[in-house]
Amino acid sequence: MSTLLASAPSFAPTATTVGNPAINITIFALFVVVTLAIVIRVSRNNRSAAEYYAGGRAFTGRQNGIAIAGDYLSAASFLGIAGAIAINGYDGFLYSIGFLVAWLVALLLVAELLRNVGKYTMADVLSFRLRQRPVRIAAAISTLAVSFFYLLAQMAGAGGLVALLLGIEGQWGQRLVIVVVGLIMLVYVIYGGMKGTTWVQIIKAVLLIIGAGIMTLWVLSMFGFSLSNLLGEATQASQDAGGKDLLQPGLQYKNPIDFISLSMALVLGTAGLPHVLMRFYTVPTSREARRSVVWAIWLIGIFYLFTLVLGFGAADLVGSSAIKKAPGGVNSAAPLLAFELGGEILLGIISAVAFATILAVVAGLTITASASLSHDIYNTVVKKGTATPEEEVKVARISALVLGAVAIIGGIFALGQNIAFLVALAFAVAASANLPTILYSLFWKRFNTRGALWSIYGGLISAITLIIFSPVVSGKAVDPVTGKSPSMLQGVDFHWFPLDNPGIISIPLGFILGYIGTVTSKEYNAAKYAEMEVRSLTGHGAETASTH
Amino acid sequence: MSKEAPERVDDDPNVAMQNSAEFNELRTKFRKFVFPLTALFLAWYFLYVLLSVFAKEFMGTRLFGNITWGLTLGLLQFVTTFAITMYYARWADRVFDPAAEALAQKMGGHQ
Repeated sequence: MSTLLASAPSFAPTATTVGNPAINITIFALFVVVTLAIVIRVSRNNRSAAEYYAGGRAFTGRQNGIAIAGDYLSAASFLGIAGAIAINGYDGFLYSIGFLVAWLVALLLVAELLRNVGKYTMADVLSFRLRQRPVRIAAAISTLAVSFFYLLAQMAGAGGLVALLLGIEGQWGQRLVIVVVGLIMLVYVIYGGMKGTTWVQIIKAVLLIIGAGIMTLWVLSMFGFSLSNLLGEATQASQDAGGKDLLQPGLQYKNPIDFISLSMALVLGTAGLPHVLMRFYTVPTSREARRSVVWAIWLIGIFYLFTLVLGFGAADLVGSSAIKKAPGGVNSAAPLLAFELGGEILLGIISAVAFATILAVVAGLTITASASLSHDIYNTVVKKGTATPEEEVKVARISALVLGAVAIIGGIFALGQNIAFLVALAFAVAASANLPTILYSLFWKRFNTRGALWSIYGGLISAITLIIFSPVVSGKAVDPVTGKSPSMLQGVDFHWFPLDNPGIISIPLGFILGYIGTVTSKEYNAAKYAEMEVRSLTGHGAETASTH
Repeated sequence: MSKEAPERVDDDPNVAMQNSAEFNELRTKFRKFVFPLTALFLAWYFLYVLLSVFAKEFMGTRLFGNITWGLTLGLLQFVTTFAITMYYARWADRVFDPAAEALAQKMGGHQ
């Protein structure tokens, strides 16, 4: 153990290459070639809107469940959580519990009903029995906001990974790689549509879970397959290096209210993530939507158990100061662990998988946001519902191009940010702006347009405002190890909101505004409500799989 | 409620279905199953969260070896999540789906 620990700091502070860049790039290129070939094979007839947006609704529950896991197990889960556990031990593990339990909200309350009611986007469900234009615009804006935060997180992960693997000192090299990632992603989305994107996610999920599983067994084998031994050694290593007892709560979250706020966002955010919701439209029935979630919960749960082992493994075998000082910081814990275990080859494989993760998740986000721009904004608002499916798909592809550019530029700005934080913010916005309206819309008879608008805009604006004036953006004390403030902006302090995550204020606000807006408006559409409720529970009138 | 309705809805098949006794039964069946279960897992999750921040001493106490109470309860969250998932999926496949399918047929199938 001591030799491994001693060897770790020797490469980290130099900020040059870890492993062999040629191997890393070759393995990644192989993934890109294979997935592109598959995307081209499966996407020959992507002309119709149902094909482009929902993969023809022809995926099985199992396939979609694996794809959901691929969508959900983002760079934040793999790199961010493993890093958080390596640095903050038990507190890092708390992330994964919220991320997993959240799926029960989706399973019990949302997935099947949403599959029965909607067609292509989240706004289909939200606007079903309300006034189309205003609600669709609001839902589209919130879809774009959530997807944007999530995109930034993934792109920041890509930048960190590049810094670590290619040892690129200059900013331009990292930027170039982000541009390449963005361009490959656009090929998947524009050419492959939802069908191609889904297959990329399936392949990536399988690789990620197998890769993490192998590393987990490897780490456990070094500790006699005893979790207790691993935890003991990791804590010992942390304390020897002048750190704290990793098993104690409170290393990351000093403020209890801050952690409660984060927990609320995590557990209520998942069922409001537009790119997750859209995946439910790729299966033929609500029963298959249920199967998707069951598969997703098992895969995601098992994966988070792996990250627990990987995080503590990295804490012991790599060491927290080596992780913090490495280019890419906390996010580099998992790749550094791979290097310690299996040298250049395993590092290359794990890095390629992490890149693939970023690519697949960014593709999923882009197709969701482009569908919303085209289906909700262009068709309903601009063309007043008269756009042909061909026009819609064309506009969706153009939107994807624009969004790809935004992702690339945003990614360049987000370089070096902590990705788990950024994802937590996306969850906060989803839980505040989307979930109240989804639940009210499905379960509350009286719910109406004013309630939806107040809830969506209220949740969205309050969440984003509180984030801007939180310590995440400005005003955190400088970390003596890295010499930088963990805040997004350095050297300024305009924060007045004390918490890192706005959930504890903005989520209840979203629900309360939805209630007040509803009871102060008299609008009620009995026929549409009956159609929606009958359809949601029985499946009568739901969209079916397209036939070939 | 329906006094606000802008159009006549008496002859709407969806409204008729929605007001029927059998549909009310289906809705009640669904809500009676998922609402208490949701309340249960949310309460258990937030109990865990509150323990993690307000009972740090206890959560950091080693239960056996280096496994703390916090870790044990956290892993139990995984166990309950898997268990609720299987319990719900079983119920939905065996009890809810046949009932929902029967009503969908009455309405003219899934089309």
